[in-house]
Amino acid sequence: MTDALAELEKVSRVYQKGKERVEVLHELDLVIPKGDFLALMGPSGSGKTTLLNLLGGLDKPTSGSIRVGGVELATMSNAQLAKWRAHHVGFIFQFYNLLPVLTARKNVELPLLLTNLGAKERRKRAELALSIVGLADRASHYPKELSGGQEQRVAIARAVVSDPTLLLCDEPTGDLDRETATEILRLLQTLNSEHGKTIVMVTHDAQAAEYAKRTLHLDKGKLVERMAA
Amino acid sequence: MTRFGLVWKNVWRKKIRTSLTLLSVIVAFLLFALLSAFAYAFRIGADVAAADRLVVLDKVSLINPLPIAYRNRIAATPGVEAVTHASWFGGYYQDPQFQFGQFPTEPRTYFELYPELEIPEEQLAALEANRIGIVAGVELVQRFGWKIGDRIPLHSTIWTNKDGSQVWEFVLEGIFRSTDPRGSSAFMLFNYDYFEEARAFGQGTVGWYVLRIAEGANPVEVANAIDAQFANSPSETETSTEAAFAESFAKQFGNISLIVKLILSAVFFTLLLVSANTMAQSVRERISELAVLKTLGFTDRAVLGFVLSESVLIMLIGGLVGLGAGWILVQGLAQQLGAFLPGIFLSPGAVLTGVALMVGAGVAAGIFPALTAMRLPIVTALARG
Repeated sequence: MTDALAELEKVSRVYQKGKERVEVLHELDLVIPKGDFLALMGPSGSGKTTLLNLLGGLDKPTSGSIRVGGVELATMSNAQLAKWRAHHVGFIFQFYNLLPVLTARKNVELPLLLTNLGAKERRKRAELALSIVGLADRASHYPKELSGGQEQRVAIARAVVSDPTLLLCDEPTGDLDRETATEILRLLQTLNSEHGKTIVMVTHDAQAAEYAKRTLHLDKGKLVERMAA
Repeated sequence: MTRFGLVWKNVWRKKIRTSLTLLSVIVAFLLFALLSAFAYAFRIGADVAAADRLVVLDKVSLINPLPIAYRNRIAATPGVEAVTHASWFGGYYQDPQFQFGQFPTEPRTYFELYPELEIPEEQLAALEANRIGIVAGVELVQRFGWKIGDRIPLHSTIWTNKDGSQVWEFVLEGIFRSTDPRGSSAFMLFNYDYFEEARAFGQGTVGWYVLRIAEGANPVEVANAIDAQFANSPSETETSTEAAFAESFAKQFGNISLIVKLILSAVFFTLLLVSANTMAQSVRERISELAVLKTLGFTDRAVLGFVLSESVLIMLIGGLVGLGAGWILVQGLAQQLGAFLPGIFLSPGAVLTGVALMVGAGVAAGIFPALTAMRLPIVTALARG
């Protein structure tokens, strides 16, 4: 592997549920090289999504250090994290999370509102992102007019439109049938291999994990196994 | 796609709910426009009153007349530059519903005291030359389609002619207009001499005096000096500025300003509840969408701004439609009621107040849902979605 994109050192995340203290991640160390396609697997409650949230700056560790692209996330303010996310991370969710009031193109254009690009350029880039995921002809459709697979493609286009280095996918195929899931996974592979995106994918599905370059297993907040894909 | 585009789309996410909320905003601002226009009509007398004009009334009641003999004594009071007088005729034209002000007066001194009323000199001279001449404001002339030379019978509800009739015949000799856009010209003036000679009772009296103080004179001292002259007489006087007179006259109908404020407070309080509920519902049902916006990189403040903008936008759309509809209605009402209650007008000040209210109500209705959206922890919100 080449340079590290993300480095986690002794990262712990503890939640307080009433009087109970729940340690979701325990002193976790992890290095994710640039260009990696990493699948994170593990049972429910093992800390997969928490790890993904920490990598994306959506949450902060209770202790430890998270450096992504050389930037320490643990000490950043919410506003700084928001700006950092806008430029460096793309998120893909299980249930697509598109805004129902916007067309596919406008959904894809949303992250570009945070850039200095003009309206014409934003539109052009959104259309380009849609064409990369094979949905150029569905640009003016609303999410309810698209199939699950198409919605996820729009979500992927939205995640890549601002050209982030890191793509974080939380069960991206969890709501799709096998055939559509395969299409989405191939698309992610293409984004990894041809567009150089570093991808971290949380999944329960062993078949989905096979599309990644490597898979890590989490259990009770610890990495329990490492193996090459 | 712009930020405003996103706000606009979210406003119309539930069309029926937004339309119903808009309807309540429209009704509230329509009411605001109407009440403001009426309040303006009651307040306008004080607003257009000249600072150098004083009004002399009977101390006990506005309806008690004052002797005409006071005229020269008032004119001779130090600090008084010019004097005129007027009386309430209380007439109507053709039908009791067509009521407006008619005042027997000394026409020349009246127009001297009120330079904001303009009349051609030849028409004023014609009025003075014709005992039964009368002049009318342009508003009345337009309303009734009169022209100079027309015979105009007025039915007085107070004054009986010596022949026992309550119908007084006049000839229109002139038309005046107000140069102050806030002032009304919906009244008529005719010769006091004719009135004095023809009325069956009340001779030797006038309704009130109006005077202009000399430059540099102290209005309080002049007023005190006038009232002192007539102290302990059968007709004691109370002299006040024209603005104070106009205010006390308006207050005969009650404290209009307070009534308007109370009604509007109730209306806007209800509006606030309705709109705040709409915004709270709107935020509640898209918690995960707001979390997605934050995930994409929109800051907490940006999300706060989105929700507040939606709330203010709803208020602005409904408020401007309501004010617009109110303005149209006020035009109609001013025409219908102008002669009875002149000055019904939606002033620029009221429009500005309305716009400020829209923004204020929008912020008030949206602030709590917006703060909720702003403080939303992304991870929790995404999990709820």
